[in-house]
Amino acid sequence: MTQSIAVENLSVWFGRHQVLKNVSLHARPKEVTALIGPSGCGKTTLLRCINRLHDLYSNATIHGKITVGTQNILDANVDPVELRRRVGMIFQKPNPFPHLSIFENVAAGLRLHGLACGRAATERVEACLRKAALWEEVKDSLNRPGIMLSGGQQQRLCIARALAIEPTVFLMDEPCASLDPVSTMRIEELIKELREDYTVIIVTHNMQQAARISQQTAFVLNGELVEAGPTAEMFIAAKDDRTEAYLTGQMG
Amino acid sequence: MATKKMRKATGSLLEFACLLSALLVLLALCLILYYIFRRGIGAINIPFLISLPTPVGEPGGGIGNALIGSALMVALGSLLAIPFGIAAAIYLDQNPRTRLAAATRFANRVLTGVPSLIIGLFVFTVLVLRTGNYSALAGGIALAVMMIPVITLSAEEMLRLVPGSLREASLALGASKKQTVLMLILPAATGGLVVGIMLAVALAAGQTAPVLLTALTSRFWLENLNQTSASLPVLIYNYASSPFPDWQEQAWGAALVLVATILILNVTAQLFVVLRNRRH
Amino acid sequence: MAATEQPTRPQNGEGVFPYFTAAAAVLILLLTGSILLVVLWGAWPAWQAFGPAFLTTSIWDPVQNLYGAIPAVFGTLITSLLALALAGPLGIGTAIFLSELAPPWLKKPASFTVELLAAVPSVVFGLWGLFVLAPWFRVGPGQFLEDNLGFLPLFQGPSLGIGVLTAGLVLAMMILPTITAISREVIRAVPQELREAMFALGSTRWEMIAKVVLPTSKVGITGALLLGLGRSLGEAIAVTMVIGNANLIPASLLAPAQTIASLIVNEFPEAFDLQLSALLLLGLLLFIITLAVNMVAVWLVHRTAQGIPSSKEKRRGKKLTPRRCLGDGH
Repeated sequence: MTQSIAVENLSVWFGRHQVLKNVSLHARPKEVTALIGPSGCGKTTLLRCINRLHDLYSNATIHGKITVGTQNILDANVDPVELRRRVGMIFQKPNPFPHLSIFENVAAGLRLHGLACGRAATERVEACLRKAALWEEVKDSLNRPGIMLSGGQQQRLCIARALAIEPTVFLMDEPCASLDPVSTMRIEELIKELREDYTVIIVTHNMQQAARISQQTAFVLNGELVEAGPTAEMFIAAKDDRTEAYLTGQMG
Repeated sequence: MATKKMRKATGSLLEFACLLSALLVLLALCLILYYIFRRGIGAINIPFLISLPTPVGEPGGGIGNALIGSALMVALGSLLAIPFGIAAAIYLDQNPRTRLAAATRFANRVLTGVPSLIIGLFVFTVLVLRTGNYSALAGGIALAVMMIPVITLSAEEMLRLVPGSLREASLALGASKKQTVLMLILPAATGGLVVGIMLAVALAAGQTAPVLLTALTSRFWLENLNQTSASLPVLIYNYASSPFPDWQEQAWGAALVLVATILILNVTAQLFVVLRNRRH
Repeated sequence: MAATEQPTRPQNGEGVFPYFTAAAAVLILLLTGSILLVVLWGAWPAWQAFGPAFLTTSIWDPVQNLYGAIPAVFGTLITSLLALALAGPLGIGTAIFLSELAPPWLKKPASFTVELLAAVPSVVFGLWGLFVLAPWFRVGPGQFLEDNLGFLPLFQGPSLGIGVLTAGLVLAMMILPTITAISREVIRAVPQELREAMFALGSTRWEMIAKVVLPTSKVGITGALLLGLGRSLGEAIAVTMVIGNANLIPASLLAPAQTIASLIVNEFPEAFDLQLSALLLLGLLLFIITLAVNMVAVWLVHRTAQGIPSSKEKRRGKKLTPRRCLGDGH
């Protein structure tokens, strides 16, 4: 039951500084949409609008419309707590809870929402760890702190943690930025699998990565969406000169 | 979804409890300042600040000698503690990993935690018992012992903030370590050092027990450092414990003077920090 | 070895400077050591006279030269624990409010005010306790406790205003700024990524606080509580002013009592010989207790301030791998 994400005319200000200008983007189910662009262009901001993380910081002003499934999630009467349950998010830096064991990290969301307990929870945690391709490595050390894992394992643990609350879409903010090439490969494999069941939007700095894993690519520059289209087409022949310049390494 | 409502309600309730405790804490603490101001302001006038105490029943009388005594003992304490503290901090900064540095840091930390009363007892045993008399000198030394760890800790922190590249640049120019410290690191850290010193002075100015055990009190002007000396905190303590309303009144006046001085020192120090951070 | 170093010495122009700074460092060491030794030395005669019995008897009689520590130790512990019980929850609640809940414009000024009040001298707290809190307490809460709970030995009257509970209240006021300020620092050290991770799982704000902020900062908060406890254990003047200075085990929380510190402040001016030594022995006891509490506290606070416990290896590892160069442009 994955859902599409449609961003329409989204503008975001931090204080007086406008970081996103009239952005529109449609992310389809069972596709990976890659957001690329130089540092500070607003791609992470765009991502964080989709689960309303900006609500935590009072200086953000957001105008426009974001539809997840059929609901405009920027609507005032949408409960961000409920929304975030439907939206899984993976952060740039792996952030497992340091005070919790591997098992409890994955179970954190289940406990929060009362989704499963006892035996059901155990099974669910195992299923999520398997899906995140981590089970074989940690099945004998479920009670060790999550923080003891390697960086790549930690990131997969975070993916398992997000899987556990059964989101409908996945947001990933440079999930491989702090990982070594081998770990990066494993995460990329995982993203390809997740695509089967979810709508995925991923922010990445790495254009090869965008080319490898995404079906759609959107290029963001100085808060504007320059162009969006099928990845294959864009990498062969970008419509906009700026995209071309960025992709060929003449910019940022 | 009843459980979701429950989650939100529990959250709101506990957040409200936090709000209440914050209000209570701020209210209670502000109440203290309010009372000191309200009851102290009436007692304060120029003669109060510059005259000697009078015997019970006689009108007038002030805190002149206590002000002078406090100022002198704090000055004496600073005079001893500042060079000492900064020198130790320079050592810690230059030789961060020696065994002596580790031991000194540990000792310093212990010293910060020693109750001021114990420091009073220490100076009392070493100086007062030995020489047979309470003195402003002993009071100043007790305050110095209180100030040393504060100054050393903050100075070490401040010296560490001077970037290593600056040090290397100086050494690369052929300056000796001593020259680098004196001409470059200390000037670069001056602002921070001043802040630390101000906080230490504010701490020393408010100490009662160490001064009471070493300088006792006096009803006369301080003529030399071997005499007992009045001081603001001890005067407040003595007057507050007395049964005489006009002395109690004067205790509030003295408390206002003391608190105002200490708060001004603290606020200035904080402003210093804020301004410095803004500039960088 | 000295011979090979010598030729360079005069040229590098260090002179006595390094020796001077090292001497200052050594002096701090000596100072701290000598405080302990001097108090120990002063307390020795009393220890010889009474031995361990000093710790188990409750008579304090300067006329007969008999001294026991129980009332003072008991008074010290009970007032400080009362203060901790009052100030602990309030301080932690305030710290949570100031770091997690307060609107941004309020955070700084309110935190600043709390920190400022840590600088108010103890004698001023004592003055306020004696003339504002105690009279109000006598007719207000004290009277109420006496009237309604007086049948319990704990709240037996008469309500005097001064006494154990009032001392606990004044101490609570004094340690509130310490507990609040340090707890707030520790809570602020919780990485924002962890907060966002919890929010992203669909938690409410309070659930985030309860399941992420408090568990990850509990060690440091414990440290803050212990630092507050250390401060109240050693507090002398404020307590002396409001505890009533009765050298016996208090019959109720409304009764006057004595702490180690207040006993020393009260008796040292007239004390000599054995009495003085007994006071110093009490001081030594206080020294040891506060030292232990403070060392544990500092250790706990530093452990959390340096990062989440047990993540140290990871952090060190990360420094070795420059993050960006791997994720980018290859």
